[in-house]
Amino acid sequence: MAGKTLYDKLWDAHVVRQDDDGTALLYIDRHLVHEVTSPQAFEGLRIANRPLWRASSILAVPDHNVPTTTADRGNGTAGISDPISKIQIETLNSNCKSFKVNAFSMDDIRQGIVHVIGPEQGATLPGMTVVCGDSHTSTHGAFGALAHGIGTSEVEHVMATQCLIQKKMKNMLVRVNGKASEGVTSKDIVLAIIGKIGTAGGNGCAIEFAGEAISDLSMEGRMTVCNMAIEGGARAGMIAVDQKTIDYVEGRPFAPTGEQWEAAKAAWSDLKSDDDAEFDIVVELEGKDILPQVTWGTSPEMVLPVTGNVPNPADEADSVKSSGIQSALDYMGLTAGQPINEIQIDKVFIGSCTNSRIEDLRAAAVVAKGRKVASNVMLAMVVAGSGLVKKQAEDEGLDVIFKDAGFEWREPGCSMCLAMNADRLEPGERCASTSNRNFESRQGQGGRTHLVSPAMAAAAAVSGHFTDVRSL
Amino acid sequence: MEKFTIHKGVVAPLDRSNVDTDAIIPKQYLKSIKRSGFGPTLFDDWRYNEPGEPGMDHSKREVNPDFVLNKPRYKDASVLLARRNFGCGSSREHAVWALDDDGFRAVIAPSFADIFFNNSFKNGFLPIVLSEEIVSKLFEEVEATEGYELTVNLEDQVVVTPSGESFAFEIDDFRKYCLLNGLDDIALTLKHSDEIAAYEEKRKATSPWLFN
Ligand code: SF4
Repeated sequence: MAGKTLYDKLWDAHVVRQDDDGTALLYIDRHLVHEVTSPQAFEGLRIANRPLWRASSILAVPDHNVPTTTADRGNGTAGISDPISKIQIETLNSNCKSFKVNAFSMDDIRQGIVHVIGPEQGATLPGMTVVCGDSHTSTHGAFGALAHGIGTSEVEHVMATQCLIQKKMKNMLVRVNGKASEGVTSKDIVLAIIGKIGTAGGNGCAIEFAGEAISDLSMEGRMTVCNMAIEGGARAGMIAVDQKTIDYVEGRPFAPTGEQWEAAKAAWSDLKSDDDAEFDIVVELEGKDILPQVTWGTSPEMVLPVTGNVPNPADEADSVKSSGIQSALDYMGLTAGQPINEIQIDKVFIGSCTNSRIEDLRAAAVVAKGRKVASNVMLAMVVAGSGLVKKQAEDEGLDVIFKDAGFEWREPGCSMCLAMNADRLEPGERCASTSNRNFESRQGQGGRTHLVSPAMAAAAAVSGHFTDVRSL
Repeated sequence: MEKFTIHKGVVAPLDRSNVDTDAIIPKQYLKSIKRSGFGPTLFDDWRYNEPGEPGMDHSKREVNPDFVLNKPRYKDASVLLARRNFGCGSSREHAVWALDDDGFRAVIAPSFADIFFNNSFKNGFLPIVLSEEIVSKLFEEVEATEGYELTVNLEDQVVVTPSGESFAFEIDDFRKYCLLNGLDDIALTLKHSDEIAAYEEKRKATSPWLFN
């Protein structure tokens, strides 16, 4: 019999019961909650008069709607100028209070994007099942955890039963062989993977990322890769546990200590696929072939190396795809054949659960240091993923580097990743963004998003157009 | 949850692939803390000429006459026909609530994004996978015939065209059972409370750090 994959092991360890048709009850260890997808779930519990199954499994934080300007953040929720956002955040606060859920309030230094704070607090541990009413929950798979995004009905289901009704997904392996080149980051690697497998490539699968270029990554880099598993269609992405994982977790507030720490470490050492494990789908890339990436269209699979040219719909034989390219070009205001590095930008956003950790800010700061944001760039903003990331960056002097270069240094939150707060693009504006989705209007109605790494975003900011960061 | 047994309704064709949840229901509407009222803002960016905000009277906004759902012939549509990877993007269940609130009971496509697919069943809304070939054929028929209706028969797992042609689709037994009976799956899961508690005890013994 073939060995087990990492996903098989995580699955097996969490099955409470399984029916003949394969439908299982999967036990959930950690439930992360934010203000947007939880109010209707709490309301459902209240209507049915159901308690939380295990309140201590939940950690809640507001992130999607919170303002990022210091002025707005000074007064707690009273400072939120949008009344509807304000109600949503207050609703989270009051729900957490009445259901006795551990929550970080908006003015707590530990507040931040839910997928940044989970790992930062050690609330995400290897071997856990982690869920959140947010598709980028795949991020937590970087710790050898099984992490899914779920809908609001499932949020309520997990709150009430501590379980998720699931069928096992397929095993998919994405291996990036060899080393990545100098100047190529985790974001470039994952964009190249999505370019290869397509946005539906991982549908129905749990993806394990492996290979030298992946294991070489820091935990921050691994989180960036797993974060975007969902953009490749996979609900869960994961990476085997190694010494880096353990070192990252050690000493964090929610991490085990003493004897429990030793026992946990021993248990975690098995959180990798067996050598003879079999995968349903295997995709391989060569690290050396990956260049800094830039998306040109309205789907993350519409991506090219910065050295490339915008595609021509006429070159595509499949008519559905060809018209897809044409409508993306129309929306993005680009012409077929245009070199990527000549595309001028209006705004820059460095942030989001994909790229707002300390390492991301350091990478952008290296490029920004001693340079100035180009005059055609109206706004370049840096939004740390959490209050603690922001503080660490300030301790390292990164905020000064950014401010000197002309970037705005904001308070933590989702910000212009999805523009639910005041941070947004105006119609037709073009943005170099370190976030994860370039869908139409994602960053503001009519806005045009190009996804890039933090270093590439900073390079675009100081050049006024996309540019190969390796040439700066 | 509303039951789903047999549904017959007018079909609206949405001829694009990778329709994402940001397009189905734009983020500004996610600020609502309710589960209903999302219908008028379904496909908001495509449906209206000007950007919308929550709290507006959507019936007063200028509609985009070119958007397919605004065409009079699809006004009463309750079955959506779409292309591959429908519902990709975020986990927002608001996407399903908006479709449901706007009167849709089912969507047919060659493939769906996983989370959207899953969310649908929780709301008595049926996502149906048919092959690319059949979906293309249905697109042709729908566009050629005004008032084109499909019958979705969940019990028999078939979609039947006006000419009587029928196409079989797959669905998990458990999901089918819940939909046919309009069951609340939390209540079903809670019947297994003892097993959940027993699992918990076992895990507490072997991996206590998961319960700190
Ligand atoms: S940063 Fe963006 S993708 Fe991440 S949780 Fe917030 S809105 Fe979602």
